[in-house]
Amino acid sequence: MKRRDFIYLTGLGATAAMLPGIPVMGHDIHPERALEKVDTTTKKRMADVALNAARSKGATYTDVRIGRYLNQYVITREDKVENIVNTESYGMGIRVIANGGWGFAATDKTDNDSIAKAADLAVAIAKENSRLLTEPVRLAPQKGYGEVAWKAPIEKNAFEVPIKEKVDLLLSVNDAAMKGGANFINSYLFMVNEQKYFASTDGSYIDQDVHRIWPTFFITKIDATSGKFETRNALSAPMGMGYEYLYARPQDKIQGITTLYKNRYDMLEDAKAAAGQATEKLTAKSVEPGKYDLILDPSHLWLTIHESTGHPTELDRVLGYEANFAGTSFLTLDKWESKKFNYGSKLVNIFADKTQVGSLGAVGYDDEGVKCGQWDIIKDGVLVNYQATRDQAHIVGLNASQGCCYADNWSSVQFQRMPNISLMAGKEKKSIDDLIKGVEKGIYIIGDGSFSIDQQRYNFQFGGQLYYEIKNGKIAGMLKDVAYQSNTQEFWNSCVGIADESDYRLGGSFFDGKGQPMQTSSVSHGSSTARFNGVNVINTARKLG
Amino acid sequence: MSLYSEEEAKKILEKVVRFSKADGCEVNLTGAEGGNIRYARNSVSTAGENSDAILVVQSYFGKKAGTATINEFDDASLEKVVRRSEELAQLAPENPEFMEPLPPQSYGESRTFSEATAKINPDFRAQAAANSIRLAKEKEVTSAGFLEDSNTVAAMMNSKGLFAYNRATNVTYTVTMRTNDGTGSGWVTRDFNDVSKLDTSEASKVAIDKALQSKNAKAIEPGKYTVILEPAASAELLRNMLFNMNARPADEGRSFLSKKGGGTRLGDKLFDERINFYTDPWHKEVPAAPWTPDGQARKKMDIIRNGVVKNIFYDRYWASQKNVESVPFPGNAILDGGTASIEDMIRDTKKGILVTRFWYIRTVDPQTLLYTGLTRDGTFYIENGKIKHPIKNFRFNESPVIMLNNVETLGRQVRVSAGGGGVNFFLPYMKIRDFTFTSLSDAV
Repeated sequence: MKRRDFIYLTGLGATAAMLPGIPVMGHDIHPERALEKVDTTTKKRMADVALNAARSKGATYTDVRIGRYLNQYVITREDKVENIVNTESYGMGIRVIANGGWGFAATDKTDNDSIAKAADLAVAIAKENSRLLTEPVRLAPQKGYGEVAWKAPIEKNAFEVPIKEKVDLLLSVNDAAMKGGANFINSYLFMVNEQKYFASTDGSYIDQDVHRIWPTFFITKIDATSGKFETRNALSAPMGMGYEYLYARPQDKIQGITTLYKNRYDMLEDAKAAAGQATEKLTAKSVEPGKYDLILDPSHLWLTIHESTGHPTELDRVLGYEANFAGTSFLTLDKWESKKFNYGSKLVNIFADKTQVGSLGAVGYDDEGVKCGQWDIIKDGVLVNYQATRDQAHIVGLNASQGCCYADNWSSVQFQRMPNISLMAGKEKKSIDDLIKGVEKGIYIIGDGSFSIDQQRYNFQFGGQLYYEIKNGKIAGMLKDVAYQSNTQEFWNSCVGIADESDYRLGGSFFDGKGQPMQTSSVSHGSSTARFNGVNVINTARKLG
Repeated sequence: MSLYSEEEAKKILEKVVRFSKADGCEVNLTGAEGGNIRYARNSVSTAGENSDAILVVQSYFGKKAGTATINEFDDASLEKVVRRSEELAQLAPENPEFMEPLPPQSYGESRTFSEATAKINPDFRAQAAANSIRLAKEKEVTSAGFLEDSNTVAAMMNSKGLFAYNRATNVTYTVTMRTNDGTGSGWVTRDFNDVSKLDTSEASKVAIDKALQSKNAKAIEPGKYTVILEPAASAELLRNMLFNMNARPADEGRSFLSKKGGGTRLGDKLFDERINFYTDPWHKEVPAAPWTPDGQARKKMDIIRNGVVKNIFYDRYWASQKNVESVPFPGNAILDGGTASIEDMIRDTKKGILVTRFWYIRTVDPQTLLYTGLTRDGTFYIENGKIKHPIKNFRFNESPVIMLNNVETLGRQVRVSAGGGGVNFFLPYMKIRDFTFTSLSDAV
């Protein structure tokens, strides 16, 4: 098996700690090489070599993933370019069932001999693993689709945009922030293109082209006399889009106490606002701990959905496969079987959707050749479903997979990963202002911040980027040192209002980690602004000697 | 073949440097072999082996640098990767912070390699997992574990004549044991250079005992408690503190080590005077590579001595700006302990909480290094010198800086991996007063 070379970007300055370990998978390439493609005839030929070789060694099922994974990261601070990363990773992963057990092997050599050798190895591993099995793998049936293709509906391939244009954008963003009073800014453009080809003994040959982009920044403002500092991060969302995400449009802006963004992002405008808000934070009122009604913006709420709904409804966690790392889940099978487990208030409808345009998780087919769709997870507040792969579908009485299989590289074994999981917009016409109007004592939270949740997903604590006190239906000024603590079931049962569809926006995670060895995936979470009553807020300020 | 000998590595690197037409270049060669086995629900779920070698070439013209990598080592490929790095360097914008490679350095001898670990094979891993699964089945608990081993070679050379070579092995093992009724959970971590020190049966027994003892935990009120932290619990908090001890953010005013009015808190007493925290690449329990990836020699060095900040880390650029010697980031960290065993520490505790580990630790406030997270896999209430009963998990909001001021006792030390970052720790069991728990969790 070929090892992926993880190069972790380190030494990016103080704010690097705010980003998770950023994996860069692959070898460095010239940026122009990213625009070259491997034709499907070649990929089909390679796939057939693997399928035939595995079958001849005794595999009863085989799937092949030929992947070309391209990353481009542009990293700057203040008036300097810190790093430009261009990598490509290309190879093939072969997964088989033999004697009822799974086996996997991968190769970056694309000649027939190397492919056949990898297929042999996968079958040998499957036979070895089958000796330790308690029960054979049961795959949900899946029809073959023949030769099909899916392409993310992007308008501008980010890899076609010259690096200079990207550098100029980030440096102009940095300049605007510095002129606006920031002391420091780190800005980033992360771009990913997955060119994936899937083939299986079910008769599918699926060619897909997936694009993702994440522009972001971290601003720091220092008060030299007090020795204090405050930060404000970008309000952008990572998206399953091309470079068009950065072409700002008025119709994608929501005006309010600060400008919020829908399907296009104005990075320059946000950086200017952020510099002012980081300064304002220095003198903002420190929150009085206690119970508050919270109005949560989608730029914040996505992470609460991700942690408290997305992860506990992963079926592999429920079953115990992640017990030694990410943990298990409080949403055990008996709660689902009862058909009446009260996860949230009646307003709470949460759905999985791998087809959402512009989302990070959007694909035509998952990494085991299942056509993607949408389904309910929480219906009128009740737990109704999980997220399953082909070998798990039978456990929850499904006769088909929900298409939740993903591997972060050709050399990684695909396993159950979270689809886009989103909170349905409110059915009644309601704006952000309407939600705020009804609150006597509350806090309006924008942007994601600190986040932590237990291994079964009961108890969580979240911070944000901007906190505004609400008094008698009106915003009364900025707060700081805010974090809220709650219990998943209690929190979602305290949901008393959700703005309508016109406010619906996506947030998401670009580098969500799971598994041992760990793999990353990207996933979006949509919602409209929502209100939660009587949530416990703590003050996070401390003093050091 | 990826594990080149010193001679072979030198030969390859010399060839690469000879191909260079740039102002200069620096070349890193790494080779790795290793494998892993993962199990859950008392059954093996995945197992694999890997092998890879990679050559990274950084070429520079003035202050413009470009990097290219390759995993093929014939002459044509080596020349190609040098040319590619030179092309990318010409395309790159000037980096005012670029530092030219170092001249030859002298390094101490390395202690990071163990022959026993290099010999691990799939049978060994399968047996290690089988031993754990067998014990779990005997005690009617459910095991989930992961064992990963590596055998690596790292070598570097630059156009100024520097050459460095190191071999290292490592094995990391973690296992979670859960009672079949889901009300108890125990966990153990082990990390060594030398696999002959690893006994997955012994580790599994500890996890099983914790799982059985933690069944039917009682809730107690959140608040400030005296805690006994196992080294696995404190490791990630101390790792986070260590990673925040860089000079540059401190000088810039955005670190817990920034001084009011400017400058850093280097030389200030910030911790209890019993806190002695240092790095030593030749420590026999936690050896580290004697050189950094940019070729700087590592040495034994105080980080905190008698509670005073003695060294913070200067990369070569920042050191040049501040006119000081560079202080490379360490490869290990040791906190001095004492002679007390965990049993002694429990016996001497009137009222307190024993914490096996913390989980999901995240920064809340970088200014005070305030972190939040939760206890997990074995949390127990101590009263009058005895473990009284298991308790439900707590969320904490605490700073390692405050924690290291509230030290009651430092006990025996244990090696522990702090979950990434490339630094291994040798840490004592610690009794800390006034540790802040802010809410309860129902998670098991």
